[in-house]
Amino acid sequence: MVEAIQSPAHATYWLVQGRLLFLIIYLLGTACFSYIVARRLQPLFRGERDFRLDQPFRRLGRVLQFWLGQWKHPRYRMAGTIHLLIFAGFLILATRAFSVLALGVSDGFVIPGLSGKAGHIYGIVADYASTVVLFCMVVAAIRRVAFKPARYAVPARYGKGHSADAIFLLALIAILMAADSLFEASQAAALWQQGQTAEFLPVLSLPWMLNKALLSTSLPMLQSLHLGAYLIHDLTFFFLLCYRPFGIQFHVETSLFSVFFAKLDRGKLKPVKWGIPDERLDQVKSFGVKTFEDFTWKHMLDFYSCADCGRCSDNCPSNAAGRPLSPRFLTIKARDYTFLHYPMFGSAKNGQPLVGSVYSEDEIWSCTTCGACEVECPLLVEYIDKIVDLRRGLVDEGNVPQSLQKPLKALESRGNPYGKMTKKRADWVSAGNFGQTCRVKVLNGESAGTLYFVDSITSYDDRIQAIGQATAKILRHVGEDFGILGAAEKDSGHEVRRFGEETLFRALRDHNTQAIRESGAQRIVTSDPHAFNALKHDYKDVPPVEHISQVIAREVKSGRIKFHPAENDKVYTYHDPCYLGRHNQIYDDPRNVLDAIPGLKRVEMRRSRDRSFCCGGGGLMLFYEAKEEERIGVKRVRMAAEAGANVIVTACPYCMVNLEDAIKVAGLEGKVTAIDLAELTDQQLVRERPAA
Amino acid sequence: MTARIFAYVMHKAGVVDDSAAELLAAIKQIDAAAAPTAIVSGSGAELDSACSSLCAFYPEIWKISNAALSYPNAELIRKALVKLLPPGAILLLAHEHFGIDLAPGLSIRLNTAFVPDALAIAGRVGVLLNVVRQEFGGQISANVECDISSGVVLTVRPGAFKPPVIAPANGNVVDKSGEVGALTSGRRYVETVMAESGEVDITKHSILVSVGRGIQEKDNLSIAQDLAEALGAAVSCSRPVVDAKWLEKSRQVGSSGKTVKPKVYLACGISGAFQHLAGLKGSPFIIAINKNPKAPIFQVADIGIVDDILEFLPELTSKVRELRSKAA
Amino acid sequence: MEILVCVKRVLDTSENEIELNREGTGIELDEAVYSINEPDNYAVEEALQIVARVGGKVTVVTVGGEDDEEVLRREMAMGAQQGVLLSDAAFNGSDAKGVATILKSFVQKGAYHLILTGVQADDGGAQVGGMLAAMLDYPFASLVNSIEVLPGKLKISREIEGGNREINEIELPCVLSIQTGINEPRYVGMRGIRAVASVPISTYGASELQIDPGTVGKLAAKVKRLDYFVPTLGKGAEMLDGGREDNVERVTELIAAKGGLR
Repeated sequence: MVEAIQSPAHATYWLVQGRLLFLIIYLLGTACFSYIVARRLQPLFRGERDFRLDQPFRRLGRVLQFWLGQWKHPRYRMAGTIHLLIFAGFLILATRAFSVLALGVSDGFVIPGLSGKAGHIYGIVADYASTVVLFCMVVAAIRRVAFKPARYAVPARYGKGHSADAIFLLALIAILMAADSLFEASQAAALWQQGQTAEFLPVLSLPWMLNKALLSTSLPMLQSLHLGAYLIHDLTFFFLLCYRPFGIQFHVETSLFSVFFAKLDRGKLKPVKWGIPDERLDQVKSFGVKTFEDFTWKHMLDFYSCADCGRCSDNCPSNAAGRPLSPRFLTIKARDYTFLHYPMFGSAKNGQPLVGSVYSEDEIWSCTTCGACEVECPLLVEYIDKIVDLRRGLVDEGNVPQSLQKPLKALESRGNPYGKMTKKRADWVSAGNFGQTCRVKVLNGESAGTLYFVDSITSYDDRIQAIGQATAKILRHVGEDFGILGAAEKDSGHEVRRFGEETLFRALRDHNTQAIRESGAQRIVTSDPHAFNALKHDYKDVPPVEHISQVIAREVKSGRIKFHPAENDKVYTYHDPCYLGRHNQIYDDPRNVLDAIPGLKRVEMRRSRDRSFCCGGGGLMLFYEAKEEERIGVKRVRMAAEAGANVIVTACPYCMVNLEDAIKVAGLEGKVTAIDLAELTDQQLVRERPAA
Repeated sequence: MTARIFAYVMHKAGVVDDSAAELLAAIKQIDAAAAPTAIVSGSGAELDSACSSLCAFYPEIWKISNAALSYPNAELIRKALVKLLPPGAILLLAHEHFGIDLAPGLSIRLNTAFVPDALAIAGRVGVLLNVVRQEFGGQISANVECDISSGVVLTVRPGAFKPPVIAPANGNVVDKSGEVGALTSGRRYVETVMAESGEVDITKHSILVSVGRGIQEKDNLSIAQDLAEALGAAVSCSRPVVDAKWLEKSRQVGSSGKTVKPKVYLACGISGAFQHLAGLKGSPFIIAINKNPKAPIFQVADIGIVDDILEFLPELTSKVRELRSKAA
Repeated sequence: MEILVCVKRVLDTSENEIELNREGTGIELDEAVYSINEPDNYAVEEALQIVARVGGKVTVVTVGGEDDEEVLRREMAMGAQQGVLLSDAAFNGSDAKGVATILKSFVQKGAYHLILTGVQADDGGAQVGGMLAAMLDYPFASLVNSIEVLPGKLKISREIEGGNREINEIELPCVLSIQTGINEPRYVGMRGIRAVASVPISTYGASELQIDPGTVGKLAAKVKRLDYFVPTLGKGAEMLDGGREDNVERVTELIAAKGGLR
């Protein structure tokens, strides 16, 4: 067959034969890319260990769900859809790209299996794919420039905006699509002009449109366009390939790995150092992350994988309140640090402390560990472990805010952050009316099958003791044989650990673990989601633990709990506590309980379930004096009011403290009230005899 | 008793401070018949003015005039006193920043006993003097016995001894300047840096809404500010509020803060530590609101209410506003 | 610079309710929490910051017994390079002058440029620092809330009334008593304390320090605490016992009556 149009392999580009030119481009491009990736991997080899090969099949499943299936993307409808199309397009076009590149050195190259019918079908799909991708590039660019979604904005203290770079990348991809299509269209036009059969171009695809435009173009021109488009295609392809590792587009390559190696379990924290058992921790010279190389390789990979989408910060309650924390920039700053200190040429400059140069202390202490960022991130970037590691480093250096030193000291000497006396921990049991009517066993000497782990705030806070009392009454009502540890109980240490004081946490944990084992209880119930999470994920070798909402829900189903009708003039909404909902996926039990109360009107807030907005944090966070514009809790109670609710139901004592406080500060006293699920249950419970 | 009793008195620009009368009261409790000598130092006309005002209280005044003492440098004054005081002397001075600086070292130099921060003289039996003190930040009292056979330096808590009703003393001034010799020390006074005056001068207000730890957090200060506004008052505070950086130092009432003389003082969530009360002069009408019924403030207040200031103050503010609008 | 900080282990007033024991003979010590005297902690932090700026070593010393080692260890966990315990049966019952005598003997064994104490301890005496300085014949300043190191001397400020600061220059060697709030002490975690749990603490008794037992201890004390008591409270305030609404009204009336509402 006469060649209608010269192929790039045979053509001569400025005295160089195409085949040679492109071979050189490919070799150089690939070598360049390999070198760049090797340099990018260098810090990972200096990073700490991270064990990420457990449960490989589960990991593969998550790759299918989150990487291939783009599971999290639709949470932001518009951007999610665009990205889905782009991602699908890229996957489809990957094969095409390879074959197009191959044409540069091997004329007439066809991928085995894609000749004939399969090839045709693939060609059609690929043509539409590149059209859609180009279209998406345009839409994305317009979004950036005209609509400027808030989450893309870069606050002044973080430097210049990122939009210029984003548009540059969008443009490059668009050029790639256009070049590819032009390459195809020009050949088709040339063939057609010579009366030969051209490759079928599907209607309204980009190649089709270009082809229509080129129908009357002269042959020599078509030839130039054909060869030129090819050169541009190859150069753009390799430029993009080598440019991607210099910015957020690196996620194209790293996302597969960041998803595969992503953390499997929520609610758990990474150990101080992987591979070092507790007994040998005393020998570890330094705790936590102080310099960049203290991060694990997976955390460093996270820094590369961030796509700068801003979804994390958009959902971060601290960020919304105006605290100095923005998870997105935690990652971007670390990534920029890596680029700066591990340059392409020259030796790595490393080992400087991160806090004070890259991060501020306030930034690190501002995090409530609510997990909204992690739930949102499409690349499964982890944040909580990094914050905790950074805090471990600060604690190790003695760099702890004065406001936190007092409660930490009190936890050390008295097992509770309030400095109240140990022997008064169970005083709530005998307080007031409750003490007369409901006997609560203290398990020192007595035994019971179930342990009610009360934890510090419920034991000592005047207001929150009511939640403890309500819980005890409910357990009594459903016939649970239960008791409390009393003065033998110390703080669960949940926030102690998340604020980086690992050693104190272990002391509290070891003490409690022994007390729990000695009590002989076979199961644990708690009304405190932080204690629940600690006992479930931070403690080892303790009986299984449930949250009281789970117990109530089960007993509602079994019929042992029946409710009086609710007051008709109230509208209720349920606020998901972070450590019950997001971290432990208990969303429905509390809702089912509320819906079992006859006549109870319930609405959902705009942010609920795994998008619930943190109340402001619990445990030690109650003592931290954050620099913020508006209190996190105040934002939350306004959301409740917006949803039309006048009663907020929650299932966490810290949420209760924060929300009740916020109601006052927001000036909503008298308009909105808060009640704990246990309190509400106790209040509405149908009792044959008076509550005993 | 044969030991001579002295009182070292401070003055500022020639004006003698309250300690002159308080020390005299304490001296009378140690020995009712004592004819004490006041010692005062400084230079120039200011010193003379201080001396003459002391003549009303003390039968004898020792004047130490020296240019080096125009600012009271405890190190130099200690040297001077060592030269002047006879063996076995009893010396009283106020327990405040100067007394704390001067007295302990002075007792060593004079080889006398030392009792700091006395609240009351419980009695004397021969050479054993019984003094009442407080410990643990004022939470508990103690009887302390001191052997004064070789003299004693005693510092006295400001405000603890009520000035006695005294007959005019017609004291005479003895110039002891020549007997102290050259005054040098390893410590040199440079200057005094005044505290930033801040936007509000709490010493100029006749009503103060004063907050302590009971305000709990910075954000709650608006509750106090609202009340102050409604009353035409100013917000002041105790030390913990300044330490926590919720209010500027210029708002602090106390021994290390400002001295105020308002007509009405609302002590909100203030425990009543003596360092704070030391800043309250002139017998204001004190209304104390505190969650803790055992708070020491209730000992010194005129009216006490056991309540949560976070709840009480907003209601008080509404009531005051109501009254104002009715009056208008 | 060689800095010596004199520290004391005391009942932690913020974490204990100081009450008389049942017998009335002393303070209730059941479940008592001890810690380092807070101003001493500020002093150690200040010493550590000075040494970080100009080089040198920080030593912490206390007069007491085995129980007091825990505060030495805590300050060593904070960063003090050496801890010293001055312990002897002869020292028991010393008054402040006795304690200062013991400390003076230890100071004279070494060559310290700067000696720090906290401004006062649990008994509110604020005396040991000043006494120690006089015994050593070193210049002294109390209530120090800032220190700047100059060649051969220090520029310090003292906290005086009204929040004003008295600036002085003081020659080395000297003794300073440190006021709280001079800095923000660093956190000492459990891990740090465990790390120094077995570091040796030098202990000296009366003979090593060449102290004449007649000058210290109970018998030499000129000042003795006889007892603790809770004073019978005077009349105190008129307590309003109405409901909140009534109290609010009454208070408003009173303020108006006392010339408060213009």
